[in-house]
Amino acid sequence: MSQAHEAARDALLALQAEATPAQETPFVARLRAEARDAFAAQGLPTTRWEEWRYTSLARLVESRFALEGEDTATPSREEAESVAFPVFACGLFVFVNGQFAPSLSRPATAGGPVRVESLARVLTESPETLEPWLGQLASSKEHPFVALATSFLSDGAVVTVPRSADSQTPIHLVFLTTGDEPHLCQPRVLIRAERGSRALVIQDFVSISKQGGHLRNAVSEVFLEDDADLGLVTLQRGHPRSFLTTGLFARQERNSRFASHVVTLGGQLVRNELQVTLAGEGAECRLDGLFVAGDGEVIDNHTLVDHAVPHCTSAELYKGILDGDGKGVFRGRVVVRPDAQKTAADQSNPNLLLSDGAEIDTKPQLEIYADDVRCSHGSAIGRLDEDALFYLRARGLGEEEARRLLVSGFAAEVLRGLPDEALSSTLMEELRKRLGRREPGARA
Amino acid sequence: MSEAEPRTNQELHEIAGREYEYGFVTDIEMDLAEKGLSEDVVRLISSKKDEPEWLLEWRLKALRRFQQMLAEDTEPTWAQISYPKIDYQDMRYWAAPKQKPQLESLDEVDPELLRTYEKLGIPLEEQKRLSGVAVDAVFDSVSVATTYKAELEKKGIIFGSFSDAVRDHPELVRKYLGSVVPYSDNFFAALNSAVFSDGSFAYIPKGVRCPMELSTYFRINAQETGQFERTLIVAEEGSYVSYLEGCTAPMRDENQLHAAVVELVALDDAEIKYSTVQNWYPGDENGVGGIYNFVTKRGACRGKRSKISWTQVETGSAITWKYPSCILQGDDSVGEFYSVALTNKRQQADTGTKMIHIGKNTKSTIISKGISAGHGQQSYRGLVRMGPKAHGARNYSQCDSLLLGDQCGAHTFPYLEVKNASATVEHEATTSKIGEDQLFYCRQRGLSEEDAISMIVNGFCREVLRELPMEFAVEAQSLLGISLEGAVG
Repeated sequence: MSQAHEAARDALLALQAEATPAQETPFVARLRAEARDAFAAQGLPTTRWEEWRYTSLARLVESRFALEGEDTATPSREEAESVAFPVFACGLFVFVNGQFAPSLSRPATAGGPVRVESLARVLTESPETLEPWLGQLASSKEHPFVALATSFLSDGAVVTVPRSADSQTPIHLVFLTTGDEPHLCQPRVLIRAERGSRALVIQDFVSISKQGGHLRNAVSEVFLEDDADLGLVTLQRGHPRSFLTTGLFARQERNSRFASHVVTLGGQLVRNELQVTLAGEGAECRLDGLFVAGDGEVIDNHTLVDHAVPHCTSAELYKGILDGDGKGVFRGRVVVRPDAQKTAADQSNPNLLLSDGAEIDTKPQLEIYADDVRCSHGSAIGRLDEDALFYLRARGLGEEEARRLLVSGFAAEVLRGLPDEALSSTLMEELRKRLGRREPGARA
Repeated sequence: MSEAEPRTNQELHEIAGREYEYGFVTDIEMDLAEKGLSEDVVRLISSKKDEPEWLLEWRLKALRRFQQMLAEDTEPTWAQISYPKIDYQDMRYWAAPKQKPQLESLDEVDPELLRTYEKLGIPLEEQKRLSGVAVDAVFDSVSVATTYKAELEKKGIIFGSFSDAVRDHPELVRKYLGSVVPYSDNFFAALNSAVFSDGSFAYIPKGVRCPMELSTYFRINAQETGQFERTLIVAEEGSYVSYLEGCTAPMRDENQLHAAVVELVALDDAEIKYSTVQNWYPGDENGVGGIYNFVTKRGACRGKRSKISWTQVETGSAITWKYPSCILQGDDSVGEFYSVALTNKRQQADTGTKMIHIGKNTKSTIISKGISAGHGQQSYRGLVRMGPKAHGARNYSQCDSLLLGDQCGAHTFPYLEVKNASATVEHEATTSKIGEDQLFYCRQRGLSEEDAISMIVNGFCREVLRELPMEFAVEAQSLLGISLEGAVG
């Protein structure tokens, strides 16, 4: 660890000591203390760590963060709604700098059978209901950022989809970052899809800060019981100068189905850790991702699919679009445990480099300890197809327009797969705007 | 699983339990150094070989680097392999046949040695006359017989032992030694640079196409002797050479360390084809004995339009740690890597390649086929790097693994790093077992299960095997057959 890393760690530890816990429930106190020790022991990762070799925290360790939201006023409802993606007829739950803001939320309108509660409130009123779940999937020992988040554990969302409930309306969790002083904001999400239930949850990380510079460090734990069917969409539209680290940990029981979509449209440094454990036979997961990095941005997706039992299926598609001197990192690890026969695992990671300064480092990784399996991965890196460009130009499209069309087409494979149509078209539009931001003359 | 399983398993055990066919010991007098690694040992090796001062200095620098790494405990641990810690002071760093023969014909060679080669199925005389292969047979550490040297000399090709090259062409050795794999490159390369015993040297002059395959058969013989080979091949402008390396080793209980270094240099328009069949003792079914093979192989495509092609068939060794690589410096240069790696019993292999694209329009192809049976564990570990100036560079990689049995593992760790938008990289990997339906189809047509497996495996590896020169392709196919028969999943 460099001196800068040590100093940054110590500053964060000091901050943690300052943040007085709101509750004194023994198991929460223990979780926090263990996490604090784990974070102190690990420190902030350097590029010498195999899992961080392509992602440098140099700029993050130079920053100092305040505790969340000291300088901020709660934004107005209009402000919140204008930045949140317009998913119509959903249950909207807004968290400002990590804290639940009931005044901005409209849980009653169309929440349906799904229960969404503020974590802080549950921790005060009935903490014992969380003990079997909280911190069970997200390991502080393995992930320093999870340790950091857990050591601060205070607020976030607890989503419960009751047994056999079939929620027609999506649950939209909006994590708003506001304020101009760089601060640390660590929302925690716990989702439980009970036996035979069905729901769609959207986690939306959005910033309305002018200055940026925040560190948002979110951890989500997702439990799918037998036959549950859960869609989870994670939207990340960071400020171009802020840091976002997330950990998403899911565990699937028998015959459950999990579909995760992670769409990242920028941020100075974004690191997503996604781990799915297929723990019950017949479970299926689909992990999709789209990341777009422009000038000065680094987007890093680390995924792990753990086939722990036989007869499970996983499919993964992560697409990267890198422009300017943007950098993308993808590590897709698939582990098939010794007894996990009849596993089918597919993974694909195509990437598009739009300019000469752009960079992609990708590492698809298969670790297979069972024999009766069918596993594959593929990765491709290239620029836009010249023939396709020519074809479009020949039909009268301008060069920029033709490029944008092709890039949108590349991204559409992921975006069209989103479980909500309104969301998918909004995101397509957002992407087109994002691509329009390219400086003219930046050529492949 | 089919009902035929019990019988199949029985067959499996019978054949898996088959003794290593090439396990025997040649009893000839050995000249051994004391155990341990020290400056004295390095000086002893250097003086035994009458080396010039600069080479001794180079060895000593490497030794200091190695001792430093040893003290810092930086022996690499990132590979997917596990083995007991090696005590580098508990082995000998020098062993040579008592007398170093200076022979023109095979008649003068120790008959005991010749019998060894016969058992190995390498009839030197036959090869000399029929196959047109020049054989530089390295017995343990020192070359004892070099054939066809005279014929190669006519073309200006220098091919012989590394020691001879140091004596006869010091300027060439000095110019290129360590220029591709520096002595400080990695842990095992530093060890090799300090104590390398001998190896092969080939120099192909400008515009010469080497008329025959150059071949060296290595053989580890002395017990408790690490073998530290050093190979250097230089292909001048517009030249071509195909080089074969093949190995078998006698059965031993004690693990033997092998840390070789191979350096290739290809200048403008030159092409080097390097083929390896490696069949060292893999250890018994409990993983006892067997060779530890830690090899650094690297080729530099320095010249424009140069080409280096690695082909390897790895069936032996308890542990394989080997990444033949290409540094594609020259514009339009080409790197290739074709590999079949087979692990059975308790074998572990972590192998792959690095393709470092620096020049414009450089191209590389990686075809890796891994077969895992028994308790074998194997990993493909590869790096494709497209530098910022590698405009128009291309890479295609394919890594397939075949699993035979439910106790083995196959892993893939590809690293793709691209810093140039005009570069194209494609990577594909699959892992599967032999299909029941494929087997059934073959059985139905009267093939035994073993023949069917052997046929399917050979088909699986065909893309690699066809890159091998004739002589090797035959050997490799039967090797795969022997190593795999009965390993039915």
